Amino acid sequence: MNIVVCVKQVPDTATERKLRSDDNTLDRDAADGVVNELDEYAVEEALRLKEAHGGEVTVLTMGPDKAADTIRKALAMGADKAVHLVDDALHGSDALSTSYAMAQTLKKIGFDLVILGSESTDARTGVLAAMLAERLGVAQLTLANKVEVEGSAVTIQRVTDYGYDKVQGSLPAVISVVEKINEPRYPSFKGIMAAKKKPVQKLGAAEAELAADQIGLGAAWSEVTEAAAAPPRAAGTVVKDEGDGGVKTADFLSSKKFI
Amino acid sequence: MSEILVLVEHVDGEVKKVTLELLTLARSLGTPAAVWAGPGYGEPAKARLAEYGAEKVYLADSAEIVDYVVGPKAELLATLVAEKSPAAVLIAATPEGKEIAGRLAIKTDSGVITDAVGLSEGFVADQSIFGGGVNVKSRVTKGTPIIAVRPNSTAPEAAPGAAAEEQVTVTLSDAAKAAKVVERVKQEKGARPELTEAAIVVSGGRGVGSAENFAIIEKLADSLGAAVGASRAATDAGWYPHQFQVGQTGKTVSPQLYIAAGISGAIQHRAGMQTAKTIVAINKDPEAPIFELADFGVVGDLFQVVPQLTEEIEKRK
Repeated sequence: MNIVVCVKQVPDTATERKLRSDDNTLDRDAADGVVNELDEYAVEEALRLKEAHGGEVTVLTMGPDKAADTIRKALAMGADKAVHLVDDALHGSDALSTSYAMAQTLKKIGFDLVILGSESTDARTGVLAAMLAERLGVAQLTLANKVEVEGSAVTIQRVTDYGYDKVQGSLPAVISVVEKINEPRYPSFKGIMAAKKKPVQKLGAAEAELAADQIGLGAAWSEVTEAAAAPPRAAGTVVKDEGDGGVKTADFLSSKKFI
Repeated sequence: MSEILVLVEHVDGEVKKVTLELLTLARSLGTPAAVWAGPGYGEPAKARLAEYGAEKVYLADSAEIVDYVVGPKAELLATLVAEKSPAAVLIAATPEGKEIAGRLAIKTDSGVITDAVGLSEGFVADQSIFGGGVNVKSRVTKGTPIIAVRPNSTAPEAAPGAAAEEQVTVTLSDAAKAAKVVERVKQEKGARPELTEAAIVVSGGRGVGSAENFAIIEKLADSLGAAVGASRAATDAGWYPHQFQVGQTGKTVSPQLYIAAGISGAIQHRAGMQTAKTIVAINKDPEAPIFELADFGVVGDLFQVVPQLTEEIEKRK
């Protein structure tokens, strides 16, 4: 089975994240880049499926040069090879552009199964997997907390408000996984060393055959017109519990008409 | 005024609160037209949609629409966008709602905005990003604005509409039928409201200390008719099920009232609750960052404060 796992480098959520003041896009230099947490579950799931069914795991990322670190991590976990879609023309791509660029690349490199994390911790749109399924015309098996492949049939448990839906489709398909679907492995020393020798193919916009009017900030279907640091919340009242903390809290809730 | 499509969220034939919020928002910007997808439509639903101002109800109530994941609803909306040329499409920003919005955006070559917490003239959306650290205004610049709006972004207000029904038939493409729902499994969730929709959420964190101790969080929640949430520390420890995790990698909630007990307020958690209107924190550590957000905070032992609060609420009801 030919599995492509999509990973994204995002600013570390533990640092202060910003938008660039010139074009309101993500400031990738302001914070350390790390692998999007939810993508680690996707990589782990891809590796497990490969271990169970054979085949190959290819890492696909789109991002600037430094996103290569994210590729290395996924390779160190055990993926076989990687494709890095990198081009200045991709800067500022919104979800529609990104899904276009990724779908084009996926068509080019081929796949049986595409696996993603359910969302990125920076943009948090949660739309990319669905958009890829739409653009590729394949089954959308998203928000999975369990994945089973049998022959060409893929069955997932899709997380819902009330529990889950059992959803079936056939290969090729796009899967997104939620947190806790598995326990992502740590790269071993051997894995880290091996990753250095694994092939990473860099693709520019022209090589991926991307239409210039579909990518980058200029092509975006939406725009950020204003961005500002959120004003700090007005300082509230903090009291020390002197044995009446619950009563005082109730007084506050009453004053706000919650009781 | 031009029409604004609102995709109705419903369960067992009942319209969910977030839809009433979306109809209220739509009314401030145009003429709301509800889109009902899937079975369950009847008089109660119609009455509810009319009460909150739906001038029209586009009905696609065949079972087939919900037999497949996301694709059919996106195709239904794309058909309506082509036929009715609405000014915008509003969808609840639930995980599935956002997926529908995403596919619809591609089908209609339109821009999409997710997790709007407000919407004003010209369909300018307010978003709170990076865990609530940055506020942005954004707008769609191509096609029909498709906007996924977070539950609790506005208070629903009744204002009568005609709710004139119009049947819509969609012939689903094979692509829309590629992922079939073969079974729906309902897990016990009791009588509590749904986490993302609840007006009040009571969450417990590391300070709660064990699964058994979550009972005191649940009791407080039940006294307020609230949903129960948990921090990642608590779900990682296995004290509370993962689906109730509020935070960066869990659910995002925007309730009227959020009570955090035994939660320090790390960015991981704040990202999921910072847009709550009123925040109350109970924590024994006076330095806990959660107090920076709190409208009211108690530095104290949650095992003393929470039960006392629950008792006091019961008394005052």
